Amino acid sequence: MRQIIRRTLFYLVAAWISVTLNFLIPRLAPGNPAEAMMIHLQQRGSVSPAMMQALQAALGVNNTQPLWIQYFQYLNNLLHGALGISYTNYPTPVTAIIAQNIQWTLMLGLVTVVLGFILGCLLGIVMAWMRNSAVDTILSPAVTFLSAIPYFWLALIILYVFGFTLGWFPFADGYDTTLDPGWSAAFIGSAIYHAILPAITIIISSIAGWMLVMRNSMITTLSEDYILMAQAKGLPRRRVMFAYAARNAILPNISGFALAIGSIVGGQLLTEIVFSYPGIGFSLLEAVRGQDYALMQGIFLVITLAVLGANFLADLCYVLLDPRVRLERGV
Amino acid sequence: MTNLPTNDAMTTQDIENRFSPSVADALLFNQPLSVRVFVALGRIWQQLTKSKKVAIGCSIVLIFVLVAIFGPFFIHQDPNLMTANADAAPSAAHLLGTTTTGQDIFSQLIVGTRSSIFWGLVTGVAVTFVSIVVGLIGGYFGGMIDEILSLVTNVFLVLPALPLAIVLASYFPRGPVTVSLVITLTSWAWGARVLRAQTMSMRSREFVAAARSCGESTFRLIFFEIFPNEISIVAANFVSTTLYVILASASLEFLGLGNANIVTWGSMFYWAQTANALFSGLWWWFVPPGLCIALLGAGLSLINFGIDEIADPRLRREKLPARWKKRLRFSS
Repeated sequence: MRQIIRRTLFYLVAAWISVTLNFLIPRLAPGNPAEAMMIHLQQRGSVSPAMMQALQAALGVNNTQPLWIQYFQYLNNLLHGALGISYTNYPTPVTAIIAQNIQWTLMLGLVTVVLGFILGCLLGIVMAWMRNSAVDTILSPAVTFLSAIPYFWLALIILYVFGFTLGWFPFADGYDTTLDPGWSAAFIGSAIYHAILPAITIIISSIAGWMLVMRNSMITTLSEDYILMAQAKGLPRRRVMFAYAARNAILPNISGFALAIGSIVGGQLLTEIVFSYPGIGFSLLEAVRGQDYALMQGIFLVITLAVLGANFLADLCYVLLDPRVRLERGV
Repeated sequence: MTNLPTNDAMTTQDIENRFSPSVADALLFNQPLSVRVFVALGRIWQQLTKSKKVAIGCSIVLIFVLVAIFGPFFIHQDPNLMTANADAAPSAAHLLGTTTTGQDIFSQLIVGTRSSIFWGLVTGVAVTFVSIVVGLIGGYFGGMIDEILSLVTNVFLVLPALPLAIVLASYFPRGPVTVSLVITLTSWAWGARVLRAQTMSMRSREFVAAARSCGESTFRLIFFEIFPNEISIVAANFVSTTLYVILASASLEFLGLGNANIVTWGSMFYWAQTANALFSGLWWWFVPPGLCIALLGAGLSLINFGIDEIADPRLRREKLPARWKKRLRFSS
């Protein structure tokens, strides 16, 4: 129990720090890029005074109030869910854009993380079991090479081969833009069709990590006495492999899984950017390119809070799953 | 202490046995410098090639470092020079073809190797330095200092690195220094945590207590007594950090958060992406820098796997007699 309270406190502090960072970064940046953007906007003359004021309030430009008052205003806005107004999509509030894009990110992310986890763990189990065999000899170096590839490059190559050269899959977007978004069969079909290629790249790039951790953890477990005992009892191979070895070896991967669920929100930035997938990562880049600082800060905040939440869950899982962690504290 | 012979009981034979490497080193001082350097290099090579993985990894990294140092001397044209010969496929004149503005991709790749590897190493050193300082100081002092430092470390561990790096980089002037600083800020925490744990287990050892009672300063205790004992962890950490740094800076530059006018592997991606190289079929533009990063990265991770295997013998691939192998594979 003490452990859980300690972790809860830590995550509260971490959340506070990330919120504060989110407040400070735009205000402490050198040369005040936000101000430069304002001037640029005014020269173009495309902004209404109302929009100007909203932007100034969000970014702390021309704000004569002392920093700490601004800080409390910012916290107050945050508590009311007000993240400001996106200027590239004026006058849509940032929260509306995030709410719309995050669905795409979550859908793609959940499916790929679960699939990657299952496949990676299974391959790791098999690799550890068949250590020193051809499978392991070929897969180990292949995975080493795979994990060193820049992810976005792998995605580009796959897009080039299957999207451009072979023409099997579309290049961009999350669905066929000629269709109306809705729960129609045609729309869902096209959404799945558009998600296949990005999903494959994420699975390929994430499999290696699961696999290596699982393999090394399995190898350590396989040298335990109870495995030898199970084999000596004449239990079938599959039973020893899964019920005896893998069950204990999977622990490091389980906590990794909880973390991966959290990093879904921010972890597919590059995927979405390469495939122009309408998720939250793609809009973060759009915001950076369009110098839409309010949107940028909002997305960063959402990503950070999601990751913090998942880490918290992962810690709780670990306490529940591994009796050793609980006992250590109890003694 | 183990039962080492005490000073008066120690025979010359003992001394020679225990100190034979340094005796051999001392004898080398009679030799000319070139011989000494050669022998030293040979000894390092001998150590490295004990593991095949480390040997292959080191060779790959060494080749890249040599290309980074000497390669640009053989490139006599400005890699950004635009020519009329645009979109050319690889040929004898342009080994890797040209870009949409007629720039020679091969010279870009060689020149880019230098800045990518230089900034990769500089950032790797910076990240390692920060993690050493934070980890050792926190681990050594404990108490309040440690509480605060580990809180900061843990917060940086859970903050998502890439989004934070993107947001930070977008506010600062574009360039390699920004990319390097941003990556340093977002990636030092992991190493600090590992080193802190190691330092905590080390601070109560006898040699530290002995040095302390000799009146050594705290600074000396931390960085000259404890630190040398952690050098293997630091080395492994440095290798994996450098790999991460190279991947991360390529990603940031690919997103256009670097200085696109400086030729690096990342900026080559950026221009290829901006010019839609993918959909013009210019594969020779974006394939080579990616292959370079992947190769260099594979080299670095091979070195790291080698270090892991030295540290954990269970991961080592044992050479078993064929008869045993068969039995093991079909056991159960």
